Amino acid sequence: MSGASNGLVLDAVAIGIGGATLIERLDLAIAPGNVATVMGPSGSGKSSLLAYVAGFLDTRLFDAGGAVRLDGLDVTRLRPEQRRIGLLFQDDLLFPHLSVAGNLMFGVPAAISARTERLRLVEAALADADLAGFGPRDPATLSGGQRARVALMRVLLSQPQALLLDEPFSRLDAALRGAFRTMVFEQARRRGLPVLMVTHDRQDADAAGGDLVELA
Amino acid sequence: MLRIVPPLTLFLFLAPVLVGLAGTLAPAFGYLPAIGAREISLAPWRTLLDWPGFATSFQLTLRVGALASLLSLLGAVSLVAVLSGARWFSRAQALLAPLLAAPHASIALGLAFLLAPSGWIVRLVSPELTGWTRPPGDLVTIRDPAGLALVFGLLTKEIPYLAIVLTAALGQVPSARLVACARSMGYAPHTAWLKLVLPRLWPQIRLPFYAVIAYSLSVVDQALVLGPGNPPPLAVLAVRWFADYDLARYLPAAAASLMQLGLVVAGLGLCRLVEWLAARFGPAWLERGRRSGFGERALPLAAGVTGVLLAAGLAALLGLALWSFAASWPFASGLPTRWSLAAWMGASDRLQANLETTCMIACAATAIALLLCLGCLENEARCAHRPRNGVLWLLYLPLIVPQVAFLFGLQVALVRLRLDGSLCAVIWTHLVFVLPYVFLSLADPFRALDPRYARSAASLGASPWRIFLEVKLPMLLRPILVAAAVGMAVSVGQYLATVFAGAGRVATITTEALTLASGADRAGIGVLGLLQALVPLACYGAALLVPRLVFHNRRGLA
Repeated sequence: MSGASNGLVLDAVAIGIGGATLIERLDLAIAPGNVATVMGPSGSGKSSLLAYVAGFLDTRLFDAGGAVRLDGLDVTRLRPEQRRIGLLFQDDLLFPHLSVAGNLMFGVPAAISARTERLRLVEAALADADLAGFGPRDPATLSGGQRARVALMRVLLSQPQALLLDEPFSRLDAALRGAFRTMVFEQARRRGLPVLMVTHDRQDADAAGGDLVELA
Repeated sequence: MLRIVPPLTLFLFLAPVLVGLAGTLAPAFGYLPAIGAREISLAPWRTLLDWPGFATSFQLTLRVGALASLLSLLGAVSLVAVLSGARWFSRAQALLAPLLAAPHASIALGLAFLLAPSGWIVRLVSPELTGWTRPPGDLVTIRDPAGLALVFGLLTKEIPYLAIVLTAALGQVPSARLVACARSMGYAPHTAWLKLVLPRLWPQIRLPFYAVIAYSLSVVDQALVLGPGNPPPLAVLAVRWFADYDLARYLPAAAASLMQLGLVVAGLGLCRLVEWLAARFGPAWLERGRRSGFGERALPLAAGVTGVLLAAGLAALLGLALWSFAASWPFASGLPTRWSLAAWMGASDRLQANLETTCMIACAATAIALLLCLGCLENEARCAHRPRNGVLWLLYLPLIVPQVAFLFGLQVALVRLRLDGSLCAVIWTHLVFVLPYVFLSLADPFRALDPRYARSAASLGASPWRIFLEVKLPMLLRPILVAAAVGMAVSVGQYLATVFAGAGRVATITTEALTLASGADRAGIGVLGLLQALVPLACYGAALLVPRLVFHNRRGLA
């Protein structure tokens, strides 16, 4: 798969902080629909790697280099909101002042301007996540599993070209974790999204089935 | 665009202070071309020192400043130390709200009603306990030469302020666990609090305490009501001379203002010295391992006295309310004998004009302050760069430099710009005092907002401005409104700033209340004094209510 122009490609990515090297050199090609996993202890640079790919790494604190290419396009110099790389955190981070539907609408690209079309997309996403009819609800009244599904649908509605997962299953209890994990990977596969996942949990890596990078 | 906000903000609120200080410095040494004084000399200082009441005035200023700042620290620390463990602590804090919201002048007017020989307390116990059927002529309770009534007035305002700052700082220290840990080693609870919790709170209340020292040394508004008139404290003397028809008085007035600044600098220096000594010898006190001491009994006692003092402050506000509805309240009746709305209706035209001016100035100054502070904080968030501690000192500068020391110089500058007496000048001057408080109350919640919300929104494709307007502002609605209410309260309470920048031509409810203070229209004073407290209180109420209405179906923000 290496060298494929489609998907998410990390080309010689290196990250250091204050003279210390976190990641010496990382080359990784993730094909559409595949999930690559990064594992490692705290402080090994997992989060910095995700921040670099997403475009949030504080370059005054960190020395980082290497290219991030998405479907052949070098996005390394683009601002986070222009990269089309979706981000799913450990916490769902639903905006507490918006309804469930409001949160999803926030994700739908502004280019889709007709309100009926935006609503239709949101309804479809809710149905897809087994949450039909939850649109007007206050996010704070949802269960942890439901909130996680809304957060996933919100990021998918923004039509990203790749997905970054920052330990997205660690806050869910064991029963929910497996089901939500399957849902995320299934959605990514169906939409052909390359996925880069950071996790502590060996089971996540096994379920992902793709490349595994272990940072020291 | 956003990048120019921090320097613009610094300019807008520091330029008046610096220009004003320079404009006071020159006249103090005899140079004020506007009145034809061009000869640099020490004559203004000699006039000041030769003034017959100078020594008394100087001592009075020192006594009031030292007593008020030390006792307010003691009162606030004892109150928080004794009560912070109690389950009803947060409800007790609500009682402080009226005292925090009411301006200094309003509390002073209320206390004058309460404590005067013909005041409410004497009326409540007369003639049964005292035998007085007429106000005692030889009793001096307010405007006493020693300045104790003025100290009382300052304490009722400064203790709640320091207590609220201490409580906020307490949220960042695991105080319950620290005290529990020490108690398990045999320490008595209050001793444990003083030895373990207070030292960790100090860095956060240091600057607010400096502001209290500065205010107590240079107070004018409360001194006009509660302080002795002749000789008055130094700051009042300066203001009186600045207002004199004899323009030559400007020069010794500037000298007095500068001396006032010197006193504040000396007071802060002394405080720093004590801090240094405490840091030097404090560890030995901690390491000696004494499990209980003087503080164990003194603290509850001090807290009790503080409670009585604050209750008097609340009673003072209640007294204002009663007087404002009194048609007739003859001496020795505990309550008015006849009630009426006359004072509220009779004064209505003038009152309405004053109220409108007050609200317009307060709204404008607060809105500008909010925009600047939000701009600074958003810029800081986008640059991922936190300003250093020095900026915090700059923020406190207008609160630490005594007002008389720069307001006259500022007025001279405004006259030259032909801005004196304009609303614009008053709003700008209020901004100098409003901005630090708005920033201090907004900065923590703004910085505490989880940055991942913004990142999450950016990864959904939202631009920085869209994130600011649609994610951050709504999520921060409550702290933003609270900051606005703080700003309104600060602006409504400004007396000297309004008088100097307004050249005496801009009348707010606060300047009007102090103009009436020496008169006999007690119902009128009651109306104005009460309004001064009600306007800020209404703003605080709105700041708590509006987010509940807007987010009534959003549990995450309720």
